Amino acid sequence: MKIIAVCGMGIGTSVLLKMNAEKVLAQLGIDATVEATDMKTARASSDAQVILTTPDLAQLMDGLKPEIITIEHFFDLEEITKKLSASLL
Amino acid sequence: MSFAKLAEAFADDSIRVLAAALDREHAVELAGDLLVSSGRVTPEYTEQMVEVFETHGPYFVIAPGIAIAHAKPSDAVISTGLSLVTLAEPVVFGNAANDPVRLVIGMCAVDHDSHLEMLAELAAILGNSDAVNIMLNAGDTEQIRSLF
Repeated sequence: MKIIAVCGMGIGTSVLLKMNAEKVLAQLGIDATVEATDMKTARASSDAQVILTTPDLAQLMDGLKPEIITIEHFFDLEEITKKLSASLL
Repeated sequence: MSFAKLAEAFADDSIRVLAAALDREHAVELAGDLLVSSGRVTPEYTEQMVEVFETHGPYFVIAPGIAIAHAKPSDAVISTGLSLVTLAEPVVFGNAANDPVRLVIGMCAVDHDSHLEMLAELAAILGNSDAVNIMLNAGDTEQIRSLF
């Protein structure tokens, strides 16, 4: 499974989200790759199954094919675990 | 736990506590000013950080009270690093989930991958609520530096 973590520029907050998502996916035993990317690339990229992003940015990606999962607190592994397992397991 | 990459990333004069921010743009500028004063970037970078805010909105408030402000790698970046400012009074950024902001981290990177180890340590320290509380309540910069 391919997951993209999306922020404005793809080098800061999305990287932090990618790092924590990878920890959670490993714990859940989900086989997935996570790439950090910017909004522009996310809009053009169709090969990801899931987009991970903030509630604010999710509104700007409405209508894209991948399932969008929003994370409010990027450092709260419990929130990430809850939302990823609800969607992916 | 020690954070060697963070100790390196926060150069001298990159941390300030209990600063007064007039509004959200000013709060971002304060973090940018610390990147300038610590020799990481030229003042143009601070302008670019504010432009990013205007373009993309306050999405970068990614945890309760915590904003990570940065712009893209550019000629304005001298070396990869971080800055940190705590605000005397919380500032509303317009982020429904995580307002108001009390801590702004400034970030600059020379490219897309030289800062990854630094970010891994940043994710670890910001995931530790005891460390975050010490940052938020620090009365001087040494209290924050002692966390690294």
